[in-house]
Amino acid sequence: MSEWTRDEMMTIAAARRLWNGCVCFVGIGLPSAACNLARLTHAPDIVLVYESGTLGTRPDVLPLSIGDGELADTAACVVPLPEIFAYFLQAGRVDVGFLGAAQVDRHGNLNSTVIGPYDAPSTRLPGAGGATEIAAHARQTFVVIKATRRSLVERLDFRTSAGFLEGRGARARTTMRGGGPRAVITDFGVLTPEDGSDELVLSELYPGATEEEARAAVGWPLRLAPVIERIAAPTPAELEALRALHARTRAAHAQPVRLPLT
Amino acid sequence: MSGVGKVVSLGEAVARHVADGMTVALEGFTHLIPFAAAHEILRQRRRELHLVRMTPDLVYDQMIGMGCARRLTFSWGGNPGVGSAHRLRDAIEHGWPLPLEIDEHTHAGVAAAYCAGAARLPFGLLRGYLGTDLVQVNPRIRSVECPYTGERIATVPALNPDVTFLHAQRADRRGNVEIVGILGAQREAGLAAKALVVTVEELVDELPPAMNGIVLPHWVVSAVALCPGGAYPSYVQGRYGRDNAFYQRWDAVSRDRGTFRSWMERHVLGAPDHASFLASLGASA
Repeated sequence: MSEWTRDEMMTIAAARRLWNGCVCFVGIGLPSAACNLARLTHAPDIVLVYESGTLGTRPDVLPLSIGDGELADTAACVVPLPEIFAYFLQAGRVDVGFLGAAQVDRHGNLNSTVIGPYDAPSTRLPGAGGATEIAAHARQTFVVIKATRRSLVERLDFRTSAGFLEGRGARARTTMRGGGPRAVITDFGVLTPEDGSDELVLSELYPGATEEEARAAVGWPLRLAPVIERIAAPTPAELEALRALHARTRAAHAQPVRLPLT
Repeated sequence: MSGVGKVVSLGEAVARHVADGMTVALEGFTHLIPFAAAHEILRQRRRELHLVRMTPDLVYDQMIGMGCARRLTFSWGGNPGVGSAHRLRDAIEHGWPLPLEIDEHTHAGVAAAYCAGAARLPFGLLRGYLGTDLVQVNPRIRSVECPYTGERIATVPALNPDVTFLHAQRADRRGNVEIVGILGAQREAGLAAKALVVTVEELVDELPPAMNGIVLPHWVVSAVALCPGGAYPSYVQGRYGRDNAFYQRWDAVSRDRGTFRSWMERHVLGAPDHASFLASLGASA
């Protein structure tokens, strides 16, 4: 198998953290690719939940939007959206929530709302969607984010979704029932929260990535876990499954739509 | 409401149920988005609307970009899987074509507000908005103390749109509506509204009994309009697929104010109805 890209490594590293049978609340983009890759490789019985109301879906191609017909066609059942949030997420029936964001801070708090002041933004982002309650209620969350000094930041412009708040047990003192972020998967490796401080520290590196690269990409003084693990390179089977999934998806999304009108 | 006269043209439904300044919801979560209704509201030049929708994607990008909204209640605004809703962004960032007041929530919050509205309760409640700055910027998000446990629970004011528009597969001549597939918060948004207008792919004399099928019964439906292809470029389960390529192309169309305006003038305002809109895109068979 040919060389791999960091994007592929991120997706594969995220997929490997999911276990067979886990109930996973899936967002669009890289989280959706990672969850379906897990389903197609080591976790065939993973339960994928999308906020559009599709439970136990097994899409053949990745959805472009969170409510694509592909998700309904292959779901075990489809329920109204208010039920997804109230009866499944808020009730504590989700093991893993997968979140992306524009910014993450050293305690795993996320911004997907705005860059600049809220009332006079330099960049208006899409907003919370399901993220705030996923961050609060999923038993644990994984965050995927491409690393730049503008994305891994000392201070968020806006806190859309809670990680560990100010750290040192602040989250545990709230009424949030989910455990918060267990991993921030980025394009040099993985950050995980340190016990006690709740601060994200470097704990895993991809093949070829360095501590220096990680420090340069993080906007706060990055500390290292006592042991830095070296993540295994993608296997040929993982790469093949991921590339085939993306190829099927590209072909499907380029298909012209014809309306059945007379 | 009697079934007599409930089936009308879309133009008549908009003329009768939408007035300037009203609170209007168009729902459908990726699926069954009532584009035809949005376009008819634009053709009839309604102004100063308070638009409500969980996901103001392309349909509200078009409405906001054409200047028919003064306020927006929402929880996620973008072009899903593609990027920004450029016209929404331009309105918030630069006040173009008009300043837009925003009432911003989370999906769980809007869902709770629709459920409360449907039940005619004054507010919805949820274990939500925890640890988010949204509560600092939106004074409508508040909390109550649980009278049994003392826990603080977040509240959102009920949403009761003056009119909600939905799109569905089928209706019968009395106005019963059948919906199949991803529902989003359509049913709640419909039942929360003071008037409910539904566009459908097909009108039948009588719908078959549907034990657990989602049927909006005729006496909660104000008007039904036959509008084949009415969700395009969104999709209708069992009828036609989502035109993902259109959503991807929209990024370039909507990025520039002038390109956007001329596209809308040519394809929407320049077309007398939805069939002509589809024909102008070559989307019709």
